[in-house]
Amino acid sequence: MSNLLDLVLAGLATGAIYAIVAVGFTLLWQTSQTINFAQGEFVMLPAFLMLAAMHAGAPFWLAILIGILLSLLLLGLGFKLLLVDPMLRHGVLPLAIATMALAIGIKEAVKQFFSAEASPFPSLVPVGDISIFGRAVSLQSLGVLALAILAVFGLTALLNRTSVGRQMQATAQNPAVARIIGIPVERMILLTFLINACLVALASLLITPIYLAKFSSGEVLGQAAFIAAIVGGFNQVRGAIAGGLLIGVVDNLAAAYISTQYRAAVPLILLIAIILFRPQGLLGRAEERTV
Amino acid sequence: MRELKKYWRITLGIVAILALIVLPLGLNRYGLFILSQWAVMTIAAMGLNLTLGYAGQVSLAQGAFVGIGAYAAAIMTTQGMPLVAALGVSILLCFAVGWLLGYPALRVQHHYLAFVTLAFSTLAFLAFRNEGWITNGIYGISNIPRPTIFGFPTNRPLPFYYLCLASLGIVSVAMWWLIRSPWGRAFLALRENPIRAQSLGVDTRRYTLMAFAIGSALAGVAGTLYAPLTQYIDPVPFNLSLSLDLLMMVIVGGAGFFFGPFLGAMIAVLLPEWLRFTEGYYLMLYAASVIVLLIYSPTGILGILDRLATERRTKTASALRASAGSSLEAAP
Repeated sequence: MSNLLDLVLAGLATGAIYAIVAVGFTLLWQTSQTINFAQGEFVMLPAFLMLAAMHAGAPFWLAILIGILLSLLLLGLGFKLLLVDPMLRHGVLPLAIATMALAIGIKEAVKQFFSAEASPFPSLVPVGDISIFGRAVSLQSLGVLALAILAVFGLTALLNRTSVGRQMQATAQNPAVARIIGIPVERMILLTFLINACLVALASLLITPIYLAKFSSGEVLGQAAFIAAIVGGFNQVRGAIAGGLLIGVVDNLAAAYISTQYRAAVPLILLIAIILFRPQGLLGRAEERTV
Repeated sequence: MRELKKYWRITLGIVAILALIVLPLGLNRYGLFILSQWAVMTIAAMGLNLTLGYAGQVSLAQGAFVGIGAYAAAIMTTQGMPLVAALGVSILLCFAVGWLLGYPALRVQHHYLAFVTLAFSTLAFLAFRNEGWITNGIYGISNIPRPTIFGFPTNRPLPFYYLCLASLGIVSVAMWWLIRSPWGRAFLALRENPIRAQSLGVDTRRYTLMAFAIGSALAGVAGTLYAPLTQYIDPVPFNLSLSLDLLMMVIVGGAGFFFGPFLGAMIAVLLPEWLRFTEGYYLMLYAASVIVLLIYSPTGILGILDRLATERRTKTASALRASAGSSLEAAP
């Protein structure tokens, strides 16, 4: 039983990171119909940017700051201006393919300019166990979970409580009407790209100490985020959060109780089942189709 | 004018075919391997072009079907069975599995379908890796024999290249015919407007499943050739990135154009070789050129040509109209 609790806690911690990535993914989809196949690589890159800053002699806190600023610039602004804007009018599929090519490009660039080997990454929260009610609990899991929950709450508060957040939601729901009532739609879309850049940088900061910084680590992460986004509901921020947590826990439990070889299969089967029987996701609304 | 263009096209086609037959005579082992790989990947990409380009169904599982075909061929031929038998089994197996994978497409479309097929692709990879009793797991299957066709052994690279080229030829002719048949038109109707197609009496359900099944069966053909080409297979080449690569080939070449997969596979297989002098940068350059191409022309390379041709036709037509107009005015 105690083992089960540990597994669930560790699952929730990774799941919370998946949730952060999945939220960014759904935000991009909602505001600009971008299916970002490079989202996993977006999470992998900031860790390397921070590592590079540290190699150049910056202390850890400054490296984090530089990493976040650079990802805002590259993965937020640059991604939107150079890739999404010119491709958006061509439809969903060419844009999705372009992000696939982008994923290859980022992976290869990291492999070429940094290293093909996995590098260790300093942890934001202290590593070790603390005792809660006489049981040892991983401090890292707790810390990650706490930070991720904080980020998610911050984001939901931004989206639901502030004027900017409401304008962003309006943009996502109906850009034409949003424009008519005077919302700066373009600026709101840019804002979601910047928020996504922030989220992936945060996810990078949280997950890299656990899984090491490696150029190929984005593949697994990206897929987990897709699955989380779809399972929860592609058009719902809270769906993506629930999906992320669920996938994290299911993945961990499957590894322990079903088979380590097929642990990756369980979330996929869940994904197929959800798409076939409840395509709008667990918490999503059905999207209307136009004839 | 039109006649001339037709002759020009036929000449171009014959020159291309002759070049594919004659030029490899001077190539070394590695060059022949790359060209054979191009032929094999073109077959797989043609299958995906049918599913995606003509019938409009997104699939991210084409690489998995190449894997299924390759494993079927590897297992059967190492057991001493002829490659032709393996080909039959591959086609049937991929057709059946592809048909089943088509069912989700009846319920969901676009990005959801992409994710279902993506999940299938990863599941297939896990099965290749973990079902060691039949696939030999991560150790892979080695010593895959090359076939003897009509008494000609194809052990050497050149004969095997001709086998790949001949297969590509047969598949191309079959595809050419299929696209021009009523089925091909039904696929197009499915892509353009499924609801309208249905109201006109096209059995969209059957054609959706067929688009998946035939496209997958072609991937099975490619896989059957891939196994004896490399003579060793393990799960790694058949992971998700092969499916993504094949999708990129189709889009970059031009989805829905007959010759799109030929060009796309050429870029994906040959361009990295030409860029080899750039060493570690070639995949970066490849990725960057794909992005630039898609920004400039989302319908791929053949899309550019198509656009140019249309522009020229409009120009000629308006010039004709203008001269016709002036001659009419001058007539009375």
